[in-house]
Amino acid sequence: MSRIQARFEALKAEGRGALIPYLQAYDPDLETSLALLKAMPGAGADIIEVGIPFSDPSADGPTIQLAAQRGLKAGSTLAGVLEMIKRFRQGGQETPIVLMGYLNPIHTYGAEAFCRDATQAGVDGIILVDMPTEEAVWLRPHAEAYGLDIIALVAPNTSHDRLVHVLREARGFVYYVSITGITGTASASEAQLKDAVPKVKAVTSVPVAIGFGISTPEQARVASQIGDAAVVASTLIRTLASTLVDGRATESTVPAVIRQIEALAQAVRSVEGVS
Amino acid sequence: MSASSPATPAQVTLPNSLRSGPDDRGWFGEFGGRFVAETLMPLILELEEAYRAAQADPSFQKELAFYYKDYVGRPSPLWFARRLTETLGGAKIYLKREELNHTGSHKLNNVMGQILVARRMGKTRIVAETGAGQHGVATATVCALFGLKCTIYMGATDVERQKPNVFRMNLLGAEVRPVTAGAGTLKDAMNEAMRDWVANVEDTYFLVGTVAGPHPYPEMVRDFQSIIGTETKEQIIAAEGRLPDAIVAAIGGGSNAMGIFHPFLDDVDVKLIGAEAAGLGLDSGKTAASLSRGRPGVLHGNRTYLLQDADGQIDEAHSISAGLDYPGIGPEHSWLNDIGRVEYVGVTDQEALDAFQVCSRQEGILPALESAHALAHVIKIAPTMGKDQIIVMNLSGRGDKDIFTVAQHVGVEL
Repeated sequence: MSRIQARFEALKAEGRGALIPYLQAYDPDLETSLALLKAMPGAGADIIEVGIPFSDPSADGPTIQLAAQRGLKAGSTLAGVLEMIKRFRQGGQETPIVLMGYLNPIHTYGAEAFCRDATQAGVDGIILVDMPTEEAVWLRPHAEAYGLDIIALVAPNTSHDRLVHVLREARGFVYYVSITGITGTASASEAQLKDAVPKVKAVTSVPVAIGFGISTPEQARVASQIGDAAVVASTLIRTLASTLVDGRATESTVPAVIRQIEALAQAVRSVEGVS
Repeated sequence: MSASSPATPAQVTLPNSLRSGPDDRGWFGEFGGRFVAETLMPLILELEEAYRAAQADPSFQKELAFYYKDYVGRPSPLWFARRLTETLGGAKIYLKREELNHTGSHKLNNVMGQILVARRMGKTRIVAETGAGQHGVATATVCALFGLKCTIYMGATDVERQKPNVFRMNLLGAEVRPVTAGAGTLKDAMNEAMRDWVANVEDTYFLVGTVAGPHPYPEMVRDFQSIIGTETKEQIIAAEGRLPDAIVAAIGGGSNAMGIFHPFLDDVDVKLIGAEAAGLGLDSGKTAASLSRGRPGVLHGNRTYLLQDADGQIDEAHSISAGLDYPGIGPEHSWLNDIGRVEYVGVTDQEALDAFQVCSRQEGILPALESAHALAHVIKIAPTMGKDQIIVMNLSGRGDKDIFTVAQHVGVEL
């Protein structure tokens, strides 16, 4: 059983959904983001999403764009991100790690080399924003051979027929992009989620994570209840950014983000025992 | 590769034709595709369907022909550049006068076609990216014509160096949003237009300005621009009784070049040459020559040649011409490059500036700095060719918008 599967099974037994916080690798520098990554499981992260900095993040809002710029300025490369995950794994084997980014750096690295090196480093899944299922054929065979889950994305405007098509080969979990828009901008309402998410769950047996526009503990609680997990990203980056002085990390950088994750985790766990 | 799409009457293709691409998934050989967020997939699938229906509908073709003639001002003349030919002392040089189109460039050919598609789809708001501002002006123009809301994304650097076009767009009722991300040029404007589109999927049509982006844009934009080559073919046969020996066009994303090349792809005796912007020189690190100095990658919805670093981060392009200042190129050009059907050469900023002045003084035409890149290559090769040989150059735009940039480079304060 994969680490992602094992984690969702365990949470199901606990009767709650997962909290999936996000960080951008190398933001604002390698050591700070690694320290943050290492502290996340203790703060209540059930799965962690690690963003791979890219020069042209066309599905991201200003918050994550700036994080990517800081990461690149700090020297991030895809090889460097994998090395960072390897260092994280030396201290922690249980929390699944899912990389999120854009296709070109992976394309440059090479499909097979990436799947091999990523799984060796301890990566469990990959979310590529600009790789719809139709264009996944170059990566899928290698991902399956090495046991790397390609996480499918679906959106509010994905039709039933297309859901069936996209989720036919779903692995790990499904990422439900809860708004038509970019990261860190608008939020879906509880009613919208309650309408849309069951339609996704109806066509797949893999867990559904809800992302885009989730920023408050209450939103995280609701999303983790309606779906199987809540992804929280831009609000954490905003907190991180607010602690920087001249673009550099300060003593409060890691603690501030961790405190926010603890509050989110508490909310997600407050439904413990409720089905 | 197989012909998978219903051909329009002007594009009947033979089984072994180089004109039959892309395949039904949008690929030209190993280039093209549909690399977009899932949120955009329903939109581009819907667009493909709407475009196929339009292609098959005689009333659409009739409507487009009407606007081409009476609004765009087509056909554009094919001008024999007598003084330039005599000065260079070699091949006869003809200029395809796309700069005489309404709004001053070839851009309106594509925009006119797409706006009719957008109207068929019931879209009420248009977003577009622009570099030099020519595509933005063309888009703002048709939005005014049809009373549609129009938002144009333009890099902040380009807003600064193309002020007249920004003001033109404003006069036409469009909102111009400067983009400060990155270097503030065309690629950043493209990112921002995609962000807008994904957030406004219900009512908004993304009017792409070049032969790039996710399928079906490269094919659709090429089809609309192919009017340039189709007319050229008739006109050169009328004037000379034969096809030209060479056709030269400037390449940024590559729409004016694709438009004039495509009808000639199967005429193997016609040499096709694309002039990429070499910026300060192909090896200066300050260039926009994606084919000469890039390698295949994925950006803005398609797999194509890109200027990028060893990690796959996209480089900033450089060109004196804002319209060529883009680190990618249309996927069909990447394919034509790899199979060797089109030759792609680099032309520097300085060579383009020199050609700009030659054209102005010898033909009485101020060319766009984009088109001046093509002319610079014509100036190089014409003297090496015989007097019985013929070159057609696509004069894709007029240079009025560039006089401030040129003035600055020749040390004149306006």
